[in-house]
Amino acid sequence: MLRETPLHAVHRAAGAKMVDFGGWDMPVSYGSQIEEHHAVRCDAGMFDVSHMLPVDLRSANVRDFLRYALANDVGKLTVPGKALYSCLLRHDGGVLDDLIAYFLSEDWFRLVVNAATAEKDVAWLTTLAAERASALAIAPRRDLAMVAVQGPNARERVWQVLPGSRAASEPLKPFMAAEFGEYFIARTGYTGEDGFEVMLPATRAAEFWHALAAAGVRPCGLGARDTLRLEAGMNLYGQDMTEAENPLESGLAWTVDTKSPRDFVGRSAIATPPKRQLVGILLLDKGGVLRSHQKVHTAAGEGEMTSGTFSPTLSASIGFARVPVGVNADDRIEVEIRGKRLAARVVKPPFVRHGKRLV
Amino acid sequence: MNIPPELKYTQSHEWIRAESDGTLTIGITDHAQEALGDLVFIELPQVGRKVAAGEACAVVESVKAASDVYAPVAGEVIAANGEVVDAPEKVNADAYANWFYRLKPASAGDVAKLLDAAAYTKLAAEG
Repeated sequence: MLRETPLHAVHRAAGAKMVDFGGWDMPVSYGSQIEEHHAVRCDAGMFDVSHMLPVDLRSANVRDFLRYALANDVGKLTVPGKALYSCLLRHDGGVLDDLIAYFLSEDWFRLVVNAATAEKDVAWLTTLAAERASALAIAPRRDLAMVAVQGPNARERVWQVLPGSRAASEPLKPFMAAEFGEYFIARTGYTGEDGFEVMLPATRAAEFWHALAAAGVRPCGLGARDTLRLEAGMNLYGQDMTEAENPLESGLAWTVDTKSPRDFVGRSAIATPPKRQLVGILLLDKGGVLRSHQKVHTAAGEGEMTSGTFSPTLSASIGFARVPVGVNADDRIEVEIRGKRLAARVVKPPFVRHGKRLV
Repeated sequence: MNIPPELKYTQSHEWIRAESDGTLTIGITDHAQEALGDLVFIELPQVGRKVAAGEACAVVESVKAASDVYAPVAGEVIAANGEVVDAPEKVNADAYANWFYRLKPASAGDVAKLLDAAAYTKLAAEG
């Protein structure tokens, strides 16, 4: 039995094509996923991301706990509302999940974790808390829905629908959040465009969705979400990083804070330099589309595609590959597609940001 | 669902039109393009290639996924439609106007064994 978000009936009624995504019955597209993609790059689109789980952590020492539990350092969050992207690591450095941590007050942080990993994450945090922070209260928030409104005109459309929220959310810099009544508005996203991710009571989700649609925000499915995040150079958990790799092997060294002397889970395991790395790939030859698990041939040895798609913005195929260290940006490599070796170029992600191609 | 009554079909979602000269024109069904989503790459068989019934002889890729296209009957490829190679999205717009390739069947009787529109309608509704 697939799980359903508070907007499930809305997607069904709109005739969305649905797919099993990590055990959730989610919309993959409502019509053309390429048109949905362009709507986000050029105007405004919205995604139901209620399958992701907000988890509230409360206690007097919650900051100390998260400085130990997360690979990035929440000690950097000094202004309430400020957010941080981080990996949650195992002791051996394997990536359990990637998440966003919001600092809301000295006794309250909110994590937003992936759908398929949510139960595993909560169990892991509970285990760590039993060892380190027995007073920590861990509250999964399935009572909340989450809608990502993304695109150059996304914020204006949210203010059209929630005029009162403008004063609280207009001053927000990227990776900042503010509360507005029962809405939690964060200037974050997974598309490479400006916009908000809005958390709200599940009971209000359908009303909010319909109001945004009436304001001209295009409903978008997971299909467009995948092409947008790939163009934006953002990893997908379960494909580009898993428990089998550490963050240094997954293009996420920038999210691991080793500057501070703090001890954190996985720190000793990632002290050795990685042998593999994650790089961006742009397919040069015609002959197919890059997909995960295709074999990659480089001068430094073999590798494997971890994600791949057709980029609607570039009209070319792009992806990520895990390859040996020693492969550099601009190197020519080959990707095996249906037994043929096709020429490709190594690029430094992102491929596209704020509507502009970067490769 | 758009399933023209005059065409023949396969379990693997190809449509087949029997031409008056005995050759077959082959494409993918509207149901197939709908399931695949936005098409971005099509590879067709070389003219002159001999194919067996059920042999994978063309490839179609959407943003989401890659899929093989199979020969409905044994025969020789006599034409390939370069227009869909250059603009795969045409197949999304009209799956029956935008054919993939033409086949000269090895045996004229084979086409009668393919699914008719009623049988394919039932198949498509199930899956």
